[in-house]
Amino acid sequence: MCGIVGIINTDGKMVDGSHIREAIRIQQERGNGLGGGFAVYGAYPEHLDKYAFHIMYEGNRNSSVVPVVEDNLMSQTTVCHSEEIPVYPNKKVPQGPYFKRYFLQPREEFMTPEQTEEDYIVDIVMSINKIDGAFVVSSGKNMAVFKGVGYPEDIADYFGIVNYKGHTWIAHNRFPTNTPGWWGGAHPFTILDKAVVHNGEITSYGTNVRWLEMYGYHCMLQTDTEVISYIYDKLTRKDNLTVENACFVMAPSLWDEIDRKGDGEKKYLRQIYGPAIVNGPFGIVLTNNSGMIVLNDRNKLRPVVCAKAGETFYASSEECSIRLLSPEVEKIWSPKGGEPVVVDLKKDTVWRVN
Amino acid sequence: MGQKHDNWKIIPAFHPEFDLERCDYVNGCSICAKECSFGEISLRPVKGADGDVLYRPWANLAACNACQRCVKMCPQKAIHIRQRPMHTSHAYWTPYHVSNIWRQARTEGGVLLVGMGATGPQKRYFDSLMFDACQVTNPSIDPLREPMEIRCYLGKKADHYGGIVGPQLQLEVPIMFGAMSFGAVNLRVQEAGAIATQARGTFWNTGEGGFHSTLRRYKGNTIVQVASGRFGVSEEYLKSAAAVEIKIGQGAKPGIGGHLPGEKVSEAISQTRMIPEGTDALSPAPHHDIYSIEDLRQLIYAIKEATDYKVPVSVKISAVNNVAPIASGIARAGADIIAIDGFRGGSGATPLQIRQNTGIPIELAIAAADERLRAEGIRNTVSLVASGGVQCSSDVLKAICLGADAVYIATPVLVALGCGMCQRCFTGKCPYGITTNRPGLAERVDVEEAAQALKNLLYAWAEEIKELMGSMGISAIEALRGNRDRMRAVGLGSEELRILGVKHAGE
Repeated sequence: MCGIVGIINTDGKMVDGSHIREAIRIQQERGNGLGGGFAVYGAYPEHLDKYAFHIMYEGNRNSSVVPVVEDNLMSQTTVCHSEEIPVYPNKKVPQGPYFKRYFLQPREEFMTPEQTEEDYIVDIVMSINKIDGAFVVSSGKNMAVFKGVGYPEDIADYFGIVNYKGHTWIAHNRFPTNTPGWWGGAHPFTILDKAVVHNGEITSYGTNVRWLEMYGYHCMLQTDTEVISYIYDKLTRKDNLTVENACFVMAPSLWDEIDRKGDGEKKYLRQIYGPAIVNGPFGIVLTNNSGMIVLNDRNKLRPVVCAKAGETFYASSEECSIRLLSPEVEKIWSPKGGEPVVVDLKKDTVWRVN
Repeated sequence: MGQKHDNWKIIPAFHPEFDLERCDYVNGCSICAKECSFGEISLRPVKGADGDVLYRPWANLAACNACQRCVKMCPQKAIHIRQRPMHTSHAYWTPYHVSNIWRQARTEGGVLLVGMGATGPQKRYFDSLMFDACQVTNPSIDPLREPMEIRCYLGKKADHYGGIVGPQLQLEVPIMFGAMSFGAVNLRVQEAGAIATQARGTFWNTGEGGFHSTLRRYKGNTIVQVASGRFGVSEEYLKSAAAVEIKIGQGAKPGIGGHLPGEKVSEAISQTRMIPEGTDALSPAPHHDIYSIEDLRQLIYAIKEATDYKVPVSVKISAVNNVAPIASGIARAGADIIAIDGFRGGSGATPLQIRQNTGIPIELAIAAADERLRAEGIRNTVSLVASGGVQCSSDVLKAICLGADAVYIATPVLVALGCGMCQRCFTGKCPYGITTNRPGLAERVDVEEAAQALKNLLYAWAEEIKELMGSMGISAIEALRGNRDRMRAVGLGSEELRILGVKHAGE
């Protein structure tokens, strides 16, 4: 059991982290204090064109891993700016690992001809994650992830998320059942600007991981959420699937239905992307710089409620989070299993990418 | 024989024993003698109470194979099969080795022939693998309430959107009937298999003995085989089926060919195999046009050209040491499906020493091949079919977890038709009428009844597979393919675990 919340202002209106903090706090029942986290989009307008790497180091600022990672970064990218991420340890969340952020651009001279800029960045993320004691928490442009061990509202205070502003926020309240509660294992999980919060347990994990490995993805964390973000990245970024098709691959319709509709395209997708099917109970909110996707497993074995209030769209494990933030919500519904809800930032918002 | 002292005389291990209290011979019953196809039971005249001559069953103590046919057919349930000890027990010189030597010394130096798959004590890895199940943190799925999908497609698939998907076989249940030729079995058996696979949405394989004209109405569910003897192969033959399989090897006899004796080559078999009546049907050990992988590529593409690239081409090999690189080579040679047959795979006739001592277990072979194809990034270009030793529905699912797309079963098909596992298929005397074309015996298979039995088997295994998937919280079988994470091993060593890619229980 876990709790998830997503909020997106489709008009690009910026809000601070206090709303999402409240929305996830009220779902405390769904977690057990072993993990909480947030992702925010629009966080670094002053570094719009740079990849914002949040890196977690085990130990403190004197950790011997820091120079190893930084040498690695310097040799492959131009680090335009770097700084410690401010934290506010307190009784509830004592001092955790050391966090630092880097704003960087790839050094094109090192990219191979077949690599895109994003491929290059993903390779760097994978290589850092292989270094013991270092972990890339987030790596997208103009977005940030804050996560750790504790209840989410306390993690929010630890990182002072009220000091950040964004048009899109997601939050997670963890009740770990597969991997131990540790700072890197909290949600959201990200690759580039894609972040996932997830409530569920993926029974297809072994199949998904072995498929991803064929395409250079290394799942370091033994958590299924990481797998979902990589599958989504592979489908949309590498294979250029539409959002709808990517969601179909992860939670496809039944063969019976595909047969009945004579839908050749869907049959094709299921045939070639069989190993990317995500089985088991899940409710996920997936975000990037241009919008939000909400998706349930085919059998709807986890709760997800969606709502709309003006230009703001909500997704949550519990209706109470939505009612708390927006008592006057105009539309509220529970999406069907396997049917994605896709919300885009409006075309004219300054933040929208593409 | 004529030996002065018949020191080598084989003492039959089994014989029937008749409970004359129950036996109905006094009323003229002689069913057991008629049913015994091995000539073990005869009728012996005895004087009845009123002086009549009655015929009572008599064990000849010469030819019983413990097939249990007489036991099953006796209306009075008056027969028991008894096993007799051969000599005092010796842990090393078992009756198996002693009697084999006697047999060879006594006959004209013959190569020992047997039917069915290897009987040796090698480990059955399936038994060491245990499935995971959902508890608390994720709900199991009840297949009686929720949709449970076990359909799969065999054939070449793109690995990215926009790529080409080749011709596919659509299986509604991931189980196909493995190759058993007309000759090895009779047409009734083949037709029963064809009816059952058509009804359940899967495929049967003709084996290497051609495709009889009366069965061509099942062509949509038929895989035709091209083996080293090329029996029955023509352009029309290749075009007459849903897929074509090149048979390189067979788990029961890796590296050797086959031999259907001339006596068995009847008119129907001669027509189907396209060889003269009464001549031996010899399948050479290698294909005489395949001496290396590039030759295989030519044959694959010759078949694809002949079939206008409309059907998938499968290549069947025995599971041997280098199965993984061989599979990779076959995939790169253009095959759409690779069928790997483990050493437990059955056969109508195979030399004993080959059957017992050549090849490797299917569990290890399929795991190694799947891993190799993934490491090379070409797993999607080919489907893997596992066979040779699959005994139950959980074996099917374990093979899929290890990396197979589907399985072939053949011995279970015969058992479902009543086979008593006497392993005398090569004699042509099958008491159940399965592996024989003899008039009087072959009729013991009723096509409709047999087809129903096979439909039942496929249905039962499909239901069990769904039940197992549900307990693991899986609703589509592709989510289990290669999902070794959902199994744990009990009692395997680290090397075995590494090859199978499975963790030990408790980990």
